[in-house]
Amino acid sequence: MTIGIVGYGAFIPRRRIKLEEIAKVWGADAPAYKRGLQLYEKSVPGADEDTVTMSVEATRNALARSGGVDPADIGALYIGSESHPYAVKPSGTIVAEAIGAVPALHVADLEFACKAGTESLFIAQSLVKAGEVRYAVGIGADTSQGAPGDALEYSAAAGASAFIFGGDEDLIVAEIVDSFSWTTDTPDFWRREYMHYPRHGSRFTGEPAYFRHSMSSARGMMAKAGMEPRDFAYAIFHQPNGKFPMRVGKKLGFTHEQLETGWLSPWLGNTYSGASPIGLTAVLDIASPGDLILLTSFGSGAGSDSFVIRVTGRISEVQDLAPKTRAQLDENKIYLEYGAYAKLRGKIRMAE
Amino acid sequence: MRDVAVIGIGMTSFGELWETPLRSLWAEAALAALDNAGVDSVDLITIGCMSSGLFTGQEHLASLLADELGMAGVPAARVESACASGGLAVRAGFAEVASGLCDTVLVTGVEKMTDVDGADATYALGTAADAEWEGFHGVTFPGLYAMLARVHMQKYGTTREQLAHVAVKNHANGLLNEHAQYHLQIGVEDVLDSTAVADPLNLFDCSPVTDGAAALVLTTVERAREIAGDKPVVVITGSGLATDTVTLANRGEIAELGAVKLAGERAYAMSGRKPEDIHLVEVHDCFTIAEIMATEALGFFDLGFGGSAVEKGLTSLQGKIPVNTSGGLKSKGHPVGATGVAQVLEIVTQLRGEAGQRQVQGAKIGMAQNMGGSGGSSVVHILEVV
Repeated sequence: MTIGIVGYGAFIPRRRIKLEEIAKVWGADAPAYKRGLQLYEKSVPGADEDTVTMSVEATRNALARSGGVDPADIGALYIGSESHPYAVKPSGTIVAEAIGAVPALHVADLEFACKAGTESLFIAQSLVKAGEVRYAVGIGADTSQGAPGDALEYSAAAGASAFIFGGDEDLIVAEIVDSFSWTTDTPDFWRREYMHYPRHGSRFTGEPAYFRHSMSSARGMMAKAGMEPRDFAYAIFHQPNGKFPMRVGKKLGFTHEQLETGWLSPWLGNTYSGASPIGLTAVLDIASPGDLILLTSFGSGAGSDSFVIRVTGRISEVQDLAPKTRAQLDENKIYLEYGAYAKLRGKIRMAE
Repeated sequence: MRDVAVIGIGMTSFGELWETPLRSLWAEAALAALDNAGVDSVDLITIGCMSSGLFTGQEHLASLLADELGMAGVPAARVESACASGGLAVRAGFAEVASGLCDTVLVTGVEKMTDVDGADATYALGTAADAEWEGFHGVTFPGLYAMLARVHMQKYGTTREQLAHVAVKNHANGLLNEHAQYHLQIGVEDVLDSTAVADPLNLFDCSPVTDGAAALVLTTVERAREIAGDKPVVVITGSGLATDTVTLANRGEIAELGAVKLAGERAYAMSGRKPEDIHLVEVHDCFTIAEIMATEALGFFDLGFGGSAVEKGLTSLQGKIPVNTSGGLKSKGHPVGATGVAQVLEIVTQLRGEAGQRQVQGAKIGMAQNMGGSGGSSVVHILEVV
């Protein structure tokens, strides 16, 4: 049975903070950070934006591109995030209510550091493939946290993307050709209960975690599908900063041209669960029928999901039906100073 | 005092060896050295290690590691002098053989530094400074060496570019060392453009955080000749150990490394050699300024001329006195307790003529200088092939 994406959408908040603005506060070497991490600015959620609201926006954009999928026919909805607004109480129920998909559906919140987004895609497409549900929604969204002054503060950003999967051949805009996952217990990044900010193993997050898992997953995916880098029009990797996705792509044999469309992190930051899936929305926004796309996520802890996706002839009919990702990234920006940023991110201790 | 020879050498590759624990690193180097020496029993094991407690939560290394090698029962002792712990382990082993207390000693150095994150590693290394008068006030080693650099620049006109030349040269040498942590070709601009750490020192002025171990087998020259047959034997002809104030503020002069000068003088005196006799030297370049100051303290260049010497290429592989042919701490890596042992290992490799592409032609006499803290301790050894 052929299954695939019948609708996709992204949401990126309008607010931004430049790397220099953060570096200024901490006395850090901004030019060296920009060169080293290839980060220029990042998105910041507004006072009324969180994982749930951004997920609703992204899912509405996906519905707008879905060719009239009735939300009542959605049988499953999953949100991957590490910034669910509640520790106990699902995000997915709020989103399902907001889009009108309740009550006959299965909902779950997922967490796997930055991989939770593609996890939701993995499970949603699997249920459709198994014939258990007609449509399933997979969402990756985060308002990610970085401790003040930590290296993560320069990258931790906000954004969401949503994908509706289905098996109606006339609705599919991008077929899921194959998938593969590569997982080990590698504790490179974590946040225990009651900790406000995550901790990370600094350089241990690089080679043993990000690079090993991303490369093993991408190679395993291509081997399983019998494909090589030159078969793909686009490749998208998890984007914890600007440097890593380009380096991992090039180590695997992809060219700058194959990588640049889905490479948003220098101007978006790291949207954690949203990161590589938002990259996929940027690629789908400009992809042509027949294009093959490799999507490889990475989540600390650690694991990496890969998908081979083939764009169908219906893509051009839906690209303009919702705000495009690159436009959300490049237009209508509101730049913040650090004080306003600190307020919005809850970094200021208020009177009780 | 008996003459002492180095008959075996062994080391791990240096690097971020995430999946290898301290005991395995150490055993790999120790077994390689015993194998290289062709002996299977020793009278003593010395271990140089700065802070396995803070880096890995493990103290009581001497017994732990003897057992790891299947040698429980053999005398073993850990010595510590901050980043000079490895050099001190060599000195301790040398003294045991020279004095006749032991005939054959396994000298080792090890540090496992990547089990903790950067902040904790900086803290652990910082305990080598004066806790009450430096550490509690927040200064860490990049800051202390930055102060040394500032004073040296002000007093002698040493330039920012000259500091960079140390890193460029050592990375060029490290490219030729298969055990080095980094195989990177860099230029002066790369150093100047790297992230500021403690002005004027940038990232590429600093040695890295490294896991690794190195080992030597020492014995009497008589036994070395029996084992070596007609092959050349490398002998330790000079050993010097010295201290200085740990606290920079207590030094009368901070643009000179007093402990290095004293340890060097003692090693020269024991060996009867002078700076002009030395064919190559491994110095403790934990920061680029440290190499410049060490080459001055050891008498290779007059005070204030270490910077121009490296800029002119006098310390390069083909220079007047090749410095840090191994790549030094900067490129080979700096597993602190292992460094002093690995420096002697490089000199032995060169004197044996086994250094491959980085071989200094005709090298017969070499020196290794190891240093603790910001120069609060130093160990210098002179080795000759006979």
